[in-house]
Amino acid sequence: MLIQKPNDISPSEITSPEVYRERRRFMQGMGVLAAGAALGVAPNAHAGIKLAGIRDSVYKLNEEQTPYKSVTTYNNFYEFGTGKSDPADNAGRFKTRPWTVTIEGEVGNPGEYDIDSLLKLAPLEERVYRMRCVEGWSMVIPWVGFPLHEIIRRAAPTGNAKYVEFVTLHDSRQMPGQRSRVLDWPYVEGLRLDEAMNPLTLMVVGLYGEVLPNQNGAPIRLVVPWKYGFKSAKSIVKIRFVEKQPLTAWMKATPNEYGFYSNVNPQVDHPRWSQSRERRIGEFFKRDTLMFNGYGDQVAQMYRGMDLKKFF
Amino acid sequence: MPIFLRNPKFWIAVVCLLPLARLIAFGFSGGLGANPIEFITRSTGTWTLVGLMVTLAITPLRRLSGWAGLIRYRRMLGLFTFFYVCLHFVTYIWLDQFFDPAAIVKDIIKRPFITVGFSAFVLLIPLAATSTHAMIRRLGRRWQQLHRLVYAIAILGVVHYLWLVKKDLTEPLIYGAVLTLLLLMRLPWGVVLLQTIRNRLVSAGAWQGSFQQNRKSG
Repeated sequence: MLIQKPNDISPSEITSPEVYRERRRFMQGMGVLAAGAALGVAPNAHAGIKLAGIRDSVYKLNEEQTPYKSVTTYNNFYEFGTGKSDPADNAGRFKTRPWTVTIEGEVGNPGEYDIDSLLKLAPLEERVYRMRCVEGWSMVIPWVGFPLHEIIRRAAPTGNAKYVEFVTLHDSRQMPGQRSRVLDWPYVEGLRLDEAMNPLTLMVVGLYGEVLPNQNGAPIRLVVPWKYGFKSAKSIVKIRFVEKQPLTAWMKATPNEYGFYSNVNPQVDHPRWSQSRERRIGEFFKRDTLMFNGYGDQVAQMYRGMDLKKFF
Repeated sequence: MPIFLRNPKFWIAVVCLLPLARLIAFGFSGGLGANPIEFITRSTGTWTLVGLMVTLAITPLRRLSGWAGLIRYRRMLGLFTFFYVCLHFVTYIWLDQFFDPAAIVKDIIKRPFITVGFSAFVLLIPLAATSTHAMIRRLGRRWQQLHRLVYAIAILGVVHYLWLVKKDLTEPLIYGAVLTLLLLMRLPWGVVLLQTIRNRLVSAGAWQGSFQQNRKSG
């Protein structure tokens, strides 16, 4: 009886990960020619790969989840175009490896994290959050990630760190939307330090138990569920700890329409449209928008005494 | 060949119904995307604007080509425009707001782009209602005065689009540019300009057919 031993396969026969990925990309390219157009989905080098060792969490909203297809084909990611299907159409070949996230500013431990070390920084957990877009639609999304405070704790902010600034990759070769001057690139977002430390604030690397698709902000993005979607910066390359309130991309673009806080608030309308109701994607009737997107119990105390009409 | 197949109006109607056919086909095939109501609202709004532009292009095109017969198709284009704005409005009232009168009134007052769009829609109603031969005869000179409202309506339509987009103004500005051009061609010097271009083209030998046609009629 012939029993094959593990060393029957010589190392030279094992496909290296680089070659594997190249082949995979090539085959995906061929697949796109054949069926991709019909499916409307571009190749994603890593999306679809199951993430291992995801923990359950207590932050799991018991509401019907928005289908994967809707989450990955209908969203805003202006780096890939201003249309809702542009990110899915244009982010397919976006390179998420190699990728480093720089931690800098008012911290004791600045440094660069490789994306693969970030993935191992803290246990990954699944959280089902509401997502409310400033445009008046919403979703329920099962994200995979870890709390941002895991990074902040390791970075050891100094006493001067009052705010955290997030910067998205600026690379117009890969991000065709950046060739248009619709926003002042790179995309910048920010949180107050206590908001960033809130247990709800999540660094996301996955969706539906799988690696985050490029169009949703791969390889790593922020998710702040009680704020309008645009606060949740995507494809982050830099996290800076600063003393002064950051000037975010949307505040720069239209200061009278988008404030620093941008908490979901049905009582404070956008200057051009009402925020009192929203359409949950997949539902026919509109539903009432909830204060802090329904996360008041966890976040309202941070804004006690603040005039939320003034600090919109 | 049946006689109606030889009538250009039949073919214009077919073309004008294509956007609706597309929406229906998408509706059955799931092609309306994750937010079908938004898709339908956007699409019917877009085709209303296109309809307005095409209708407003008839007069400058007639002056440029000397083909007086073009005017025969204008009413039909105008009425199809009205058809699409009705679909747009019904989508909003029915699908978007689901006949909630309080929400609709609040929306019309509060959201400036809805206010502007709603005004444009209301102003189009008398134009559609007075498009019959009988009404044209009855109103006489006042018919033309009334129908000049379409210039204001088209401006309101473009402003409606400009105000609703979040940031990327490219598309509404394209409509704005086309409308500006169409309106300029109606000013005295615009008319003269069209006439000059036409004369040059005619003397250069182009537009032979319409030139002769014009000769015969004039």
